[in-house]
Formats: sequence, C-alpha cells, structure tokens
Amino acid sequence: MIFDYETLKVIWWAFVGVLIIGFALTDGFDFGVGMMLPFVGKTDGERRVLINSIGATWEGNQTWLVTAGGATFAAWPLVYATAFSGFYIALMVLLFSLFLRPVGFDFRNKVADMRWRNAWDWGLFIGGIVPPLICGVAFGNLLLGVPFHYDDTMRVEYTGSFFALLNPFGLLAGLLSVAMLLTHGATFLQVKTEGAIEQRARAIAIVAALAALVLFVIGGVWIALGIDGYRITAMPDANSAFMPLAKTVTIASGAWMDNYARWPLTKLIPALGIAALVLTVLLSVWRKAKLAFVSSGFAVAGIILTAAISLFPFIMPSSLDPRSSLTIWDAVSSHKTLGIMFWLVLVFLPLILLYTAWVYRVVRGKVTLQHIADNEHTAY
Amino acid sequence: MLPIDEVVNLSRLQFAVTALYHFLFVPLTLGLSWILVIMEAVYVMTGSTIYKDMTRFWGKLFGINFAMGVATGLTLEFQFGTNWSYYSHYVGDIFGTPLAIEGMAAFFLESTFVGLFFLGWDRLSRVQHLMVTFLVALGSSLSALWILIANGWMNNPVGAEFNFETMRMELVSMSDVIFNPVAQVKFVHTVAAGYVTAAMFVLGISAYYLLKARDTAFALRSFAIAAGFGLAATLSVIVLGDESGYTAGEVNKVKLAAIEAEWETQPAPAGITVFGLPNDKTQHTDYAVKIPYVLGLIGTRSVDTQIIGIKDLKKEHEVRIRNGMIAYAVLTRLKSGDKSPATRAEFDKLKQDLGYGLLLKKYTPNVVDATPEQIAKAVDDTIPKVAPLFWSFRGMVFLGFLFLFIFSASFYFLVRKQLAPQRWLLRLALFSIPLPWIAAELGWVVAEYGRQPWTIAGILPTHLSASTLQPGSLYFSLAGFILFYTFLLVVEMILMIKYARRGPSSLHTGNYHWELEEQNKPPTSRALPPIPHPAS
Repeated sequence: MIFDYETLKVIWWAFVGVLIIGFALTDGFDFGVGMMLPFVGKTDGERRVLINSIGATWEGNQTWLVTAGGATFAAWPLVYATAFSGFYIALMVLLFSLFLRPVGFDFRNKVADMRWRNAWDWGLFIGGIVPPLICGVAFGNLLLGVPFHYDDTMRVEYTGSFFALLNPFGLLAGLLSVAMLLTHGATFLQVKTEGAIEQRARAIAIVAALAALVLFVIGGVWIALGIDGYRITAMPDANSAFMPLAKTVTIASGAWMDNYARWPLTKLIPALGIAALVLTVLLSVWRKAKLAFVSSGFAVAGIILTAAISLFPFIMPSSLDPRSSLTIWDAVSSHKTLGIMFWLVLVFLPLILLYTAWVYRVVRGKVTLQHIADNEHTAY
Repeated sequence: MLPIDEVVNLSRLQFAVTALYHFLFVPLTLGLSWILVIMEAVYVMTGSTIYKDMTRFWGKLFGINFAMGVATGLTLEFQFGTNWSYYSHYVGDIFGTPLAIEGMAAFFLESTFVGLFFLGWDRLSRVQHLMVTFLVALGSSLSALWILIANGWMNNPVGAEFNFETMRMELVSMSDVIFNPVAQVKFVHTVAAGYVTAAMFVLGISAYYLLKARDTAFALRSFAIAAGFGLAATLSVIVLGDESGYTAGEVNKVKLAAIEAEWETQPAPAGITVFGLPNDKTQHTDYAVKIPYVLGLIGTRSVDTQIIGIKDLKKEHEVRIRNGMIAYAVLTRLKSGDKSPATRAEFDKLKQDLGYGLLLKKYTPNVVDATPEQIAKAVDDTIPKVAPLFWSFRGMVFLGFLFLFIFSASFYFLVRKQLAPQRWLLRLALFSIPLPWIAAELGWVVAEYGRQPWTIAGILPTHLSASTLQPGSLYFSLAGFILFYTFLLVVEMILMIKYARRGPSSLHTGNYHWELEEQNKPPTSRALPPIPHPAS
C-alpha cells in the first residue's frame, strides 16, 4: 500500500465528497427540472421539451446516488448502517419518491391521454422535489447531531423519530437544498431550451438563486452563533484501527467554525458558494446561459463543501452519546479495503467521466418544440 | 438491544418482497439486452431495416421493463443499511466492495448508455448505436456479476477474518472473494436464467403474431433469434446448474442436503429423490421415489465423494455450537482487556466457530450459559425447513426441462421450415411466457431460504443482522412497498400488454399490420386504428 491508513482515511472523505457532489451536480438539475415540470411546461409539448432536455442522461446521473451509496457502504460501513437505519422513515419516503422517476420518464409518453400524462407530470414533480428536500433535511440534522449510540457489540440504537428531523434548522437546510437544485435545474433549462420556456426558466433561476443565497447566509450565521458543534478532545492514533467509542468528544458552541480558524483558506469555500450564487443571478440576467449553468454548479459544490468542511472530521455526530459520533477516523473500513477501493476509484472514475462526457456531447444542443413534433413517437 | 422477533420477521418479509419483486425485471433486462444486440448486429451487417425495426420494437418493451428494474433496484442498494444495519457493520468491509464496484464498473455503464439507446438513433452512426446497445448489455451482465459475487460471499464467506478490535469481519483476500467458486457458478446460472427468460418472452410474443398471422416476416425473424438464443441459454442453465457449487462451504452442504431431503448420509454416489413428502418432524421422506447414483454425480461431480445427510450435519453443528460458546467466552475476555498472546491464540483457534455460538443469542444473550435444551434448539435451527426447498428445487428443474423442450422443438421446426402448422407449439410458447419468471423466483427461494438461519453462512445469524427498529416503521415501509409495487406492476403490465398486442405497428413506420389496415380502409374513417384493449 503506498498510502498509510490515515492518508487513506482522508482520501476517502474526499472520494465520498466527490460522489455526493457529483450526484448533486448531475442529478441535481434533473431534480430541478422535475420541480419545474408542471409549472414551466404549460402545454404537453412544452412539458415534453423539459422531459427530453434530461431524458437521455438522467439515468446515468442517478447512478451517482447508487454509487455514492455503494461507496459509503464499502468505505464507511458504520455510517451506511447508522445513517440509513436511523433515518429510516425519511429514507423510505425518499425511495418511494424516487420510484416515480424511471417509470414517469418511460411510461408518460406511452399513452396519449392527457389525464395519464398529467398524473405522471405530478409524479415527476414529487420525484423532483422530495429527494432534495430529504437530503437537505438529513444534512441539516447531521450538523445538529442525531441521537444514537452503540452497545458493546457495536449494534446501533437510534432514539430519534422522523418528525424530530423536521426541526427549524433541518427544514432550513432542506429548503436550501431545494432552492439550490431548483437554481441548477433552471440554469440547465436556459442552456437546453429556447423561447418561452427559456425565459420562464431564467426568471426562476434568478428568484431561486436569490432564495438560496438568503437561506445559505442564514444557515451560516446560525451555525456560527446558534447551534453547538462537536470537537474531538482525545482519540487513539489516526493511523490505527479503532472503534468510535475509543475517543472522547465535547459539544461546544462555535465548534463548527474550528476548521475555518485552523485553515483560513477554507473560508474561500463558503465564499465560493455565495459568490457563485450572486454570479448565477447576474449571468442569468445577462443571458449568459452556459456560464450561469457553470456558476450554479460551483454554487452547488460550494454549499455542499461548506457543510462538509464545517463537520470535518465528523460525518455523523451523536447528540445522545458524543463519543459514539462517527468520524472519518473511526467509521471506516480496514486499511486493506480502503486501499483496494482507492485503486478502483482511480481507474473507474475517469472512465465514467469520459463516457458520460461523450454521451452529453452526443445529445448537445437545444431541445425544441419542433424536435418533439418531429419525434412524436420516439421522444419521451 | 437486539431487535424483537417481530422486527426480524418483518425485515425478512420486506427483503423477500422487494428482492423477489426486483427479480421480476432483472432477468428480462439481462437477456433482452443481448437479444437486442443480436438483432441490431444483423441490421448493421445486412442493412435490412426489418432488423432495425425489431431492435426498436423489442427495445420499447425492454424500456418498459428497464424502468421498473431501476426503480426497484434502488431499494436493494439502500435496504442493507436501513433494515440490516448490524449486518452492514459486521461485513461491510467485505460486502460493500462488490456493491461499490457494481455501481462504478457496471451500473454506470448500463445507465449512462441506456438513454442513448432509446433517444440516440438519429444522432449516432449505425456502428456507434450498436456499440451503445452492446455496452448496455455488457453493463447489465457485469452488474449481475458483482451482485452475485456479493451474494456468493454470503453463501461461502471466503477471504475474510473476524477482527475482535473492531468487532467485525475484515477483508483478507479480495481475489478469494472475486474468484469464489460459489459466486462464479451463481453468476453463470443466474445470468443464463435471465437469457432464458428473455428468449421465452420474445418467442412467446412472436408466436402470438404468428398465430394471428400478423407481421409474419417480423415475427418469424424474432422467433428464430429467440429460439436459437433460448436453446443455448437453456442448455447452459441446466448443465451449469447452481447445485454444482454446493459442495463448497459448510452451509451449502446443508442446502444441498435439504434440497434433496437427504436425511441420512448415503454411500457415494448417492441416489436422487425424484418425488416424496419430506417430513421435518420424523426426519424422513415418505413415499420417496429414488433414482440411484444421480445425486452424487450432479452434486459432487464425482463417484466417490459422499453427500453428508442432515442428521450427520446436525451432529457436526452441535460440536461447532459448543466450540462457538467457548469462542464467545474468549472474545468476552479479549474485549474486557485481557489481550495476552495466549488468549489471542486461543481465540484464533476457535473463532471459525464464533458464528455458531452466536446462534444461541436467540435463546440466551450471554451465549456461554446456554442449557442443553437451548443448544438442541440452536442445532435444529441450522437446518432450514426441508419441504419448501425440496419442492422449489423440483419446480425449477421441471420448468428447466420444459424450456429445453420448447426451445428444441421451436428450433427443430424452424429449421425444417414447418413452424406455421405447429399451432400447438406456438400456443405452448405463448402460454409459457410467465414460466421462466416462476422458475427464477423459485431459484431465489432455493438460494436464499436455503441459507437460513444465516445471512452470512456460518458467520452471522439472520436474527442478529436486522436493524433495531420499531415495528411501526416496518409496517409503514412494508405497506408502502406493497402499495407502490402493486400499483406500478399493474401499470407496467397494462403497458406491456398494450404494446405487445400492437406489435411493430407501435413504431409508426407505416409498414406493419395495424397501420396497413388503416391505409386500406375508406378515407372517411379518420380515427386511429383501434388499440386493442388489454382486457379484450
């Protein structure tokens, strides 16, 4: 192994981050388009323009979620076990809403009945808005800490409830996530569509980016002043294998700002989130569609990274029993597994990016009403 | 706190429901994708448009099925964490890796290109589009490979060791996990079963058009490809039966004995019980009809290896459970701080039986204080109920031979150019469409029910693997799955039947039955040709 255990632990934090951001950057605009579908698309033709703007690529985009899930299982089994069983009801609602997407895209055009199509449009709307909402709420609750602990066999017990997740800060994070991906979807539509749809998307992008900006700033102030963070006070050597219970953790106000004080350069990350949102508004106003899309992508990455950096090295803090908190040091797989998986990611991730880029190149260009009319029976 | 029995049972039921349901769509995706590759390859090589139409029409049906496969597959990716969190912690170091690789190396390939398969016809050259179709097929079969490597490891957990410091199994050899003989056999058997399913699907629907004498050129070509592909696939399913992997690993021996209702160890090579009524209480198969020698040949691929009977397996298991109790006691000492070399050495000697000790957790949380009655109960637990396995397996095998007959007969009459008069065969093919699904689900029951009481054979009992959840959460999720899945299945079936009945006319090329019929009608009738109602 060319890397020691500690380095690999940090690298895996970055990899999981890349997969989550990859998911938000790609499937994020699919969710955004889903949210807008019943509103921006006024006629069946317009709705088909929206659907076909993402039709050929959304499936690959969703695979980022599947892969992020699999990679979390492989690299952070305790996180996968604890978060997924703890957020059980939320995860189930997320799954049920995701069911509506593959079938919605494929089944909608197969019956030429407006009630049928309308029903699937609302299904796609639910599949577009619920997942970002739940993912955002979950992230918000990670920053607050969630109530779980382990027994001596490392069996997790979670004492919270679904409704306890819907606290003010959690909901704020959920709304931020929705606004952020709505922005991303709206800038995407500016690139992929023309005419009335493009104009509506532009207006939505401006409003959503402003909303995301306000929510992000409120969230930042709240984290700095309002909620307590977590801090490791003692733990075994980061290069060794150890269990979460082997460390001590305190809860302290302002502890989520530790990393920004320790590595001042990281302040650029939240700054990037803010600047990119402002830029998204401006570029949309100036009708620079492609640049606005790139900018909203940076905003998405900046916002997610801000949460990750604030939490670092925590992944899932426990409010019930702070030393049970999961961190990148103790929630990980063995040195060997992390090493093998490292090489696999190094081989496959560039390949994935390469062929994904090729697919996007093939389907480049605007989707128009004319295109839908010409491909009445083959387009989605 | 361990999950209560109700939660364990509901979690098992939910996993069975979601996995069996997902497996309604997987086999067709696995096989139909290759059939599309074959059809499109003929189109690219010959330039004959009918093969393009075939690719596109069967591709439409593929799409309806694929959407359901994607929707239901997500559940399985999440469910290990939501419902089997102790399992996820205990074996995630090994089990998570094939799942992650499946995502990166297979599912990404399949889902990135599947969109272009449907929407890329005008944007790609012929060869490029064929390559896209090929990558979708390759991705889906590779996906099955990695999932079955994970599943094979559950049945024969090689290349891993228990680490008492982290209280979990940890990876020792990735190549052992990948080249696990059980995984390899499972992969070939399962994938080939998928190919059979798709071949029967195409064969049966084509037979329907032939019976109705509609679009016969189209139907005959589809029928021919399905017959050839199906014959080859059925032969591989039968010859490379899953059972041949069952000699590897202790728990697979149990599975084999239970499938065959082998209560006693017979002198090699053992005879096979073709029929009988297995009775768990008396440990005897009533009215057994046996063929000598055959089981030994199939099960061990040799004439002199014994297949151990259930009664003897139980004796072995009692020894292992008693060793497991000692292993558990030593583990407790290790965890309380006594990490002397002597204690470690003692644990290393016993730890392969730790899982058998954990079986006692169901009866006594301390394991070490188990009474002889509790040990006897745990020993009984190590053998799954025999009758469900015995009958599922026989159902599967019977269907396998039926498929062999249908594909052979189809192939024979096709080559003799005497297919059209064989209406019985066409009807048989049509009505056999659902049967490969039944065979596949029976196969799942044999493989997974047969592994009980373990999630990881010999290492982690099922009742310890489940998440400690509230029963209410499980009733909510189970009800949600049943409602959603039933609704989606009804919608899927309606669409599938609608498009299958409409046939290639649904491509709107103007060259097929319903559209030609429309053209021949007097111009006053401007309405679309009637889409046959699924219920009619």
